Amino acid sequence: MLIVACAVLTAVIKGFGPVLLGGRELPAWFSRVIILIAPALLSALVVTSVLALGKTWAVGAHTVGVAVAGVMLWRRLPLVLCVAVAVGVTALLRASF
Amino acid sequence: MSTTAPDAEGEGPREGAHPAYTGMEPSTRKAVLRQSLSVGIATGAYGISFGALGVASGLSILQTVALSALLFSGGSQFALVGILGAGGTGSAAVATSTLLGVRNGLYGLQTSRILHVRGLRRLLAAQVTIDESTAVAVGQEHRAEGRLGFWVTGIAVYVFWNLMTLIGALAGNALGDPQRWGLDAAAAAAFTALLWPRLRSRDAAATMVLAVAIALLTSPLLPVGVPVILTVLAAVVIGLSGGGRHEPPTEDPELDDDEFREGVPS
Repeated sequence: MLIVACAVLTAVIKGFGPVLLGGRELPAWFSRVIILIAPALLSALVVTSVLALGKTWAVGAHTVGVAVAGVMLWRRLPLVLCVAVAVGVTALLRASF
Repeated sequence: MSTTAPDAEGEGPREGAHPAYTGMEPSTRKAVLRQSLSVGIATGAYGISFGALGVASGLSILQTVALSALLFSGGSQFALVGILGAGGTGSAAVATSTLLGVRNGLYGLQTSRILHVRGLRRLLAAQVTIDESTAVAVGQEHRAEGRLGFWVTGIAVYVFWNLMTLIGALAGNALGDPQRWGLDAAAAAAFTALLWPRLRSRDAAATMVLAVAIALLTSPLLPVGVPVILTVLAAVVIGLSGGGRHEPPTEDPELDDDEFREGVPS
C-alpha cells in the first residue's frame, strides 16, 4: 500500500512539470528552493541515520563505518565501494567487540 | 541550447539507425553512447545496496523490487526504506520520499524541451526522468545528442538499477540479521553518497548546515522522520535569501553540468 502510494506520488511529480507548466518559465527563486530540498533532506537523513537511535543520540560501530565511507567519498572513490566498506567496517567492529 | 538538429516529431528513442540521428557524427554518437552507458552502469550498480537495505528494513523481496521498478528514484527509495527501517511512521517515510522527488518535476520541464515526445512515450520519458538522464541530456551540445543521451542513460540506469536491486534483495535476504552484518550503516553511507555531489554550490552547503542544525535540535522532540521533513525549511530559507549571488544567467541554473560526468546516483 505504502509502496503504491509512494510510486504514484513520485510518478505524478515526475510528470507535473511539463503538464502543469507547459513551456512557461519558472521564477528563479522557485527553482532554487526545489533544487535545495534534496541536499536539505539528505543532510538530515545522514545526521539522523548516523547519530540517532529513535529519540536518543547514539554513536556506535555504524558511525565509524559511515565516517570511513565519508572519507572515501571525499577521496572520490566509487560510491558502491564506499557503501560496501561502510558495511564491512561496521560488521567487523560489531563482530570484534 | 542549440536547436540545429532536425525537429522530427515522435521518433524512436533507441540508438538504432534512425533518420533523426543521421546528422550526428559517428564519433559524437559514440561518445554520447559511451557516456550514457557508463553513467547507467555506475549508477545501476548502486542498486545492490538499495536491494540489501530494502529487505534489511523489513520489506519483502517483492516490495523492494517493486519500489525500484515503480518508484525508480534512488534518493526517494533510500529515504523511504531508511525512515521505515529506523522505526519512522509510514506517512513520514512517504512524505520525505515524495519531497525528495520534487526536483524530478523540474527536470521534466527541461527534458520535455529537448525530447518533444507525446503519448505513451511521454509516460516512459517521465519514468526515466532522473538526475542522471537529465544531466546527460542537458549536458549535450545539440538536441539530437541530448535525446540520445537521455534515452540511453535513462534506460541503462533503469535496467541495471532494477537488476542490481533484485540481486541485493536476494543477498540481503540470505544474510539474515541485518544489524550483525552492518547493513544499517549502508543507509547512512548511501545518504552521504547521494548528498556529496550536491554540495558544490555555496547555497547547498549553507542549506546543509542549517538542515543539520534543524535535524539535531528537533530529533529528541519529534517522532522519527518528522525532523527530516522539517529541514525543507532550510531549503526555503536559503533558496529565498540566496538569490543571484553567483549564478550566471544561464538557461539551466539548477543543473550542474559537471555532475553527470561522475555518475551521480539518482
